[in-house]
Amino acid sequence: MRRFGPKLATAVLVGCALALGIAGQASADMPQRGGILNFVVGSKIPSYDLHKETTFGVIHPISPFYSLLIRVNPDNPQSATDFVCDVCEGSVPAPTNGGKTYTFKIRKDIKFHDGTPLSSADVKATFDKIIFPPEGVPSARKAFFKMVKSVEAPDDSTVVFNLDFPSGAFIPALATPFNIIMSKAKLDQDIGWYAKNVMGSGPFVFVEHQPGSFVSGKRYDNYHHKGQPYLDGYKAIAAPKMAVRLQAIRGDRAAIEFRGFPPKARDDLVNALGDKITVQESDWNCVLLSTPNQQRKPFDDARVRQALTLGVDRWGGSKYLSQIAIVKTVGGVVYPNHPLAATKDELTKLKGYGTDLEASRAEAKKLLAEAGQSGLSFELHNRGVDQPYKVVGTWLIDQWAKAGMKVKQRVQPTPPFYATLRKKKDFDVSIDFNCQSVINPIADVTKFLGSAGNNYGQYEDAELEKIYDKLLRSGDEAEQRALMRQYETRAISDQAHIGVTLWWYKINPHRSYVKGWKIAPSHYLNQQLDNIWLDKSLM
Amino acid sequence: MATPEVYIDSEGLAEDQRSLLGKLAGLCRRQPLGAAGALVVIAMIVMAVFANLISPYDPELAAFENMLQAPNADYWFGTDQFGRDILTRLIYGARTALFVGFTCAFIGATGGLVLGVASAYFGGRFDLILQRIMDVFMAFPLIILALAVVATLGTGIQNVIIAITIPFIPQCARVVRSSALSIREIPYVDAARACGFSDLRIILRHMAPNVMAPYLIMLTTFVGQAILLEASLSYLGLGVQEPTPAWGLMLQGGAEEYAESAPWVPIFPGIAISLAVFGFNLFGDALRDLLDPKLRNR
Repeated sequence: MRRFGPKLATAVLVGCALALGIAGQASADMPQRGGILNFVVGSKIPSYDLHKETTFGVIHPISPFYSLLIRVNPDNPQSATDFVCDVCEGSVPAPTNGGKTYTFKIRKDIKFHDGTPLSSADVKATFDKIIFPPEGVPSARKAFFKMVKSVEAPDDSTVVFNLDFPSGAFIPALATPFNIIMSKAKLDQDIGWYAKNVMGSGPFVFVEHQPGSFVSGKRYDNYHHKGQPYLDGYKAIAAPKMAVRLQAIRGDRAAIEFRGFPPKARDDLVNALGDKITVQESDWNCVLLSTPNQQRKPFDDARVRQALTLGVDRWGGSKYLSQIAIVKTVGGVVYPNHPLAATKDELTKLKGYGTDLEASRAEAKKLLAEAGQSGLSFELHNRGVDQPYKVVGTWLIDQWAKAGMKVKQRVQPTPPFYATLRKKKDFDVSIDFNCQSVINPIADVTKFLGSAGNNYGQYEDAELEKIYDKLLRSGDEAEQRALMRQYETRAISDQAHIGVTLWWYKINPHRSYVKGWKIAPSHYLNQQLDNIWLDKSLM
Repeated sequence: MATPEVYIDSEGLAEDQRSLLGKLAGLCRRQPLGAAGALVVIAMIVMAVFANLISPYDPELAAFENMLQAPNADYWFGTDQFGRDILTRLIYGARTALFVGFTCAFIGATGGLVLGVASAYFGGRFDLILQRIMDVFMAFPLIILALAVVATLGTGIQNVIIAITIPFIPQCARVVRSSALSIREIPYVDAARACGFSDLRIILRHMAPNVMAPYLIMLTTFVGQAILLEASLSYLGLGVQEPTPAWGLMLQGGAEEYAESAPWVPIFPGIAISLAVFGFNLFGDALRDLLDPKLRNR
């Protein structure tokens, strides 16, 4: 007996240790409740109305206050086809009536933060505002829903979308995170109410916004996804300077920045903090554009616009800018990894994508001379955000200078930048962007249509609209691809309405104690924060 | 035809030159710090004027194949993230700094001179109202007022000049007014008035020349302050914009992302800003000592 005593004790101890270890491992993967998530945001809030806004500056601090009809699966945000219900019941419905009718059942247990119940009338009012906005009411993604004929709410828990024609672009368009559900009562009271107020049904309740400083929210206890959110609240800290955002994470004043850092910043953080930093990386459905104002001479001349795109060395830019900025991939109008995107062979046939740089620049100079604009001098309007706007802006100016143009830069903070694009329209050429959320190329390329709400080029191109209409109605992938090439060639080469620069690459280094958040191919997606939790053992 | 004879008193000229050099040497001995400041100012002016002759590279065109090179034989101060030579951009940056500095200082100080003398000359309600307006402007720190003006007018070199000039006017006006108040009581001003000269003539011809000492001192001080303010606004992204070479802008691009991995990017513009402000302040102090009769014989 005495001989077995120590062995037994050892066995018991080892067993306990193993059991505790396994339990500890299991608990480490289990979401923990509590804590405040501090994150930094590098842009300002032009208004609270996500239906009209296009910037992450609003999505990151404001979208956790709202729900969506459907959303990208927060546990699988890299997928372009995995959508789940948010305020609707069950799974995303299949279409009926030959693909022309989608019927959603709305959950009956959802309440807005003011205590009023959310019903199908609120969903209808929301999508009516997005798809059929009254005169003078801006809607940035109206063009996504060209296929929609009407939205109906036959009873309190049913919403029906009637389409003019079947379209694979409809469901991804619905899942766009800007389509926040608003209260019909508030919209009836004042359709502009949401531009200056916040009241949703999302996982967090609005607490405070100190302009230029922070937005804070607290957990909504009646949130309809039971058990969530895990956090007690969050604080979105405004930090327009990248160095400040970086130092905030380094000093643990903030745990994460959801947009993305350049490669050097990632390396600095990892070198300084080791395993206290986790890095997530992804291709990014976002591209910077240069948009000439066609209401201003000489940018109404296609030759001048072609010269602008011909002067830019995209292949060289990709090689070098990817080392200092959050841009990387050369592409056309479609997200580069998508089957509808142009191959390298197809791209090199477009103006400004050739590999013979000298020939391109010589052609640019020739076109300018033909247009009577040799030595063209103009102003580039840019947004006061370091990455990648200012870097790409400086690169473009350099590229144009090498093609014989003389360009000055006017940089503005986000609100006046948008005011210039939308209201004043007093720019020659402006940096613009096409940053989309859900990968949905047929909807995403609407940005290039003169009729799109978020197109600032001030042009009309009936031919381009016609090609797009065919593309929208096409059900065959090969035909879609061929139409997309026609559309691309006209938009960025033959007419050169808009210049595409480089597609972005997303790098998110964050504190390792932030769990549950998965990187998406867009900085707009997966930002409701209801699945994020803080691992206190790593804090 | 006989050529008219020209007499050159070479001895007298040499004597004059000797005395000028002697005076300069004497000044340098009496004001060694001021002389050092003047040297910095002169060096800056030479750099700014002859930038295109002494710069080894183009200040704006990128050369990505040379990006972020440490200081070496080809690039003495290294290159920035766009592959541009930092030394070249520093030399051209002196042009921006001096242009903004002198323009703001001259307009600000001259505006202050006119308002300060006028305020002292007219006195009464005019003086009272003008000084209260000056109080309002002077209640704001220089950088805050400049930021407010840039936020209203927008970025760009012209708006930066306006933003920096406006806060300078009340500062100079206040100093000049106090000197002009004592001059107003001197009989020759009364005599000029008795002769029927206009107010404008009395202010510009009789009073303003007598407050030149404080005016010149403020002018030199303002140049340094304007350079610093321009650099601050550009650093905050509200001043001069890329690709124009400007020291504050170079600091902004470099300090934020490359302070650790490529320290030469922010260090050299930082040194240039410090040296320029230091130089102008030393020069201004020496000038004050020379022009102020109370300090001259200390």
